[in-house]
Amino acid sequence: MADPRIALERITKTYGGHQALADVSLQIAAGEFVALVGASGSGKTTLLKTINGLIKPDSGEVRIEGESVGDLTPHLLRRRIGYVFQEVGLFPHLTVAENIGITPKLLGWDKARRAVRAAELLDLVALPQEMGGRFPAALSGGQQQRVGVARALAAEPHIVLMDEPFGALDPLTRDSLGDDYRALHERLNLSTVMVTHDMTEALLLADRIVVVADGRLIADGTPQALAASTDPAVAALLAAPRRQAERLRARLGETA
Amino acid sequence: MSPQVEAAFARLPEYLAWHVLLSASALGLGLLISLPLAVAASRNRHIRWPVLAGASLIQTIPSLALLALFFPLLLVISAASEDLLGYGFSALGFLPALLALTLYSMLPIVRNGTTGILSVSPAIIQAAEGVGMTPRQRLLQVELPLAAPVIMAGVRTAAVWTIGAATLSTPVGQTSLGNYIFSGLQTENWVLVLFGCGASALLAMVTDQLLGLIEAGAAKRDIRRAAIGAAGILIGIIVALTPLISFGKPASYVVGAKNFSEQYILAEMMAERIEDLGGEARMKEDLGSAIAYRALASGELDVYVDYSGTLWANVLNREDNPGREAVLEELTTELAERDGVLVLGSLGFENAYALAMRQDRATALGIESLDDLARRSGGLTMGGDLEFFARPEWTAINEAYGFDFRARRSYQPTFMFRAVTSGDVDVISAFSSDGRIAADNLVTLADPRQALPPYDAVVLIAPDRVNDARLLAALRPLIGAISVEAMRDANYSVDRDVDKLRPVEAARSLSQTLGLD
Ligand SMILES: Nc1ncnc2c1ncn2[C@@H]1O[C@H](COP(=O)(O)OP(=O)(O)OP(=O)(O)O)[C@@H](O)[C@H]1O
Ligand SMILES: [Mg+2]
Repeated sequence: MADPRIALERITKTYGGHQALADVSLQIAAGEFVALVGASGSGKTTLLKTINGLIKPDSGEVRIEGESVGDLTPHLLRRRIGYVFQEVGLFPHLTVAENIGITPKLLGWDKARRAVRAAELLDLVALPQEMGGRFPAALSGGQQQRVGVARALAAEPHIVLMDEPFGALDPLTRDSLGDDYRALHERLNLSTVMVTHDMTEALLLADRIVVVADGRLIADGTPQALAASTDPAVAALLAAPRRQAERLRARLGETA
Repeated sequence: MSPQVEAAFARLPEYLAWHVLLSASALGLGLLISLPLAVAASRNRHIRWPVLAGASLIQTIPSLALLALFFPLLLVISAASEDLLGYGFSALGFLPALLALTLYSMLPIVRNGTTGILSVSPAIIQAAEGVGMTPRQRLLQVELPLAAPVIMAGVRTAAVWTIGAATLSTPVGQTSLGNYIFSGLQTENWVLVLFGCGASALLAMVTDQLLGLIEAGAAKRDIRRAAIGAAGILIGIIVALTPLISFGKPASYVVGAKNFSEQYILAEMMAERIEDLGGEARMKEDLGSAIAYRALASGELDVYVDYSGTLWANVLNREDNPGREAVLEELTTELAERDGVLVLGSLGFENAYALAMRQDRATALGIESLDDLARRSGGLTMGGDLEFFARPEWTAINEAYGFDFRARRSYQPTFMFRAVTSGDVDVISAFSSDGRIAADNLVTLADPRQALPPYDAVVLIAPDRVNDARLLAALRPLIGAISVEAMRDANYSVDRDVDKLRPVEAARSLSQTLGLD
């Protein structure tokens, strides 16, 4: 069998006595869309950052397409992996288009090619072309988040890591952007890991849901498999969207 | 326009050019050193403290002292390099001024640079890593651009400081706008002092505004504004420097002068005589007393006038007093042997240290000599020029007479005379050829124990000029030609409050009086 795109083996990470990751192993194949869910502070961001080497694990090994991350030049590795930050982190001194084109620029793409690519991505994340010339400070929070997604995709990576990419979006934009991204994921055969707090979003978009609690992976499976889980913590996670759906039906039924 | 202001304007192109060249080079060099230091300090916690503390420490050294300290240091380095590499360099003038001002400019740039880089938010730093930047790309493309406004604010502060402190480079022999201030202070020409201060303040303000444009451009990402500021600075520097293309060419003779009127007048006189014989002469004025001799011995200066007693005590470190003739003879042989310096001869007058009091006060207290003064000193206050109390002459008379003054104060010579006439101090250290002694109704006190050495004004020639026929021919007629009365009058014509002459005018009139022209 071919190497998985992403392989984490027995990763641990400790911050001054607090175990952020405890013996985590995970394999993600080409074309897989994985949602990482779990309570705040459970270790999702830490896990995501060990994949592109922003965090060095205390022990264990991360392999990308069969190569150990420890052996790769960090900045070359990161140019191959798209990353959407939880804090967005757009460069305030660069325009939106320049922000989107930053990794292509580091890879030596010429100006014209970068401009074409930035225009494509603005379309993809449903922002008007005019915004390409603005500075990030002149964008709303949700617009900034979409630029963050566009920046991660700009250099046509095979692996995309997204830390709550759609958190600040209104439900409508969120839905359609999620669908558009899912389509892109399939067309390009990407491997995507997306952290989300929204269980419904995870259930609707992902092929596979991984549940993190206190630095451990407590569940890993398809949405259907998770729905059938008897683990109380997993059941509790799924209970919330179910309850919401029921209450919604009841309310809308009343007013109708 | 008054002739004084006109004369000041005439020298502006040269002074301004040097001032701009000096400040711009110091600031450029300071930036070149400070930015890497700031980057290193922001990267490494362990060197941050030493770097910032070091820069702050430099700032606590008075700028005048910092400038002066570079002269002996460079002299040592130059001597070492001459020994090792067979190549020495000038320890006077531009180099010490440049180095001192460079050090002086560093603190605001290092401090703002470090703060600016450190204040870039961690989320942005991580994003820079996340998109695949190398540490170098992160510095150049993210951290420095984001810190640029803060760094530019530091550069502005440094520029204003440097331009202001550059006026203090005059005493180490570097021409600057400070030449107006120092010679103005000396000759009590307040118009000149104001002119110098105003010119340097104006220069600082214009520079500050232009750098402000660059800062605002960096902050608002307005490239046009930053470009206007940068172009303004560049054009300003180029325009200011054009006079140096003609002024900068090395003059054939450098005539030195210490920082008082008599020295200016004598230097002007010597320069004019050199030029009359077809030489080119250039003045280096306002040299510190200790610096002047060493500058001559090392060939920085070609000629200047010093005083036998000063050389006796400070250069030969002698404390005895064998008498006027013997001192002169021994100086001539010793300086020639030791440093190859030629003592061409005495000008014919003495400018001795003497203690002076107001006539009425001396009569009232019954003081005629230093012996009388010593008896009364417990109730009196003594004023000295800035170096007097540190000089061997003071030690000598103090030991010989046993003074016990109630208080001692140091003054710039001009203010010292003010202080004695107004009664702030009772007795001052004066020079016997100073025109103000007679003009201010002061009397000099006799020295019955001969504690003060003689102070014949002597012409000194640099080692590599001792056989220069033109120079010797130009200066020989001055030997023995100037009486103390003539010198006193000339000095007073520059020092007095009304109808002041400029040193160059006083020199001409002195030459006329003495029939030397
Ligand atoms: N640099 C750090 N130093 C110390 N502790 C840290 C550091 N980074 C993370 N932690 C701790 O590690 C744990 C996991 O953090 P992580 O950011 O991975 O959580 P998360 O699952 O992404 O949470 P959230 O959903 O709130 O973003 C937390 O308890 C956090 O306090
Ligand atoms: Mg997180």
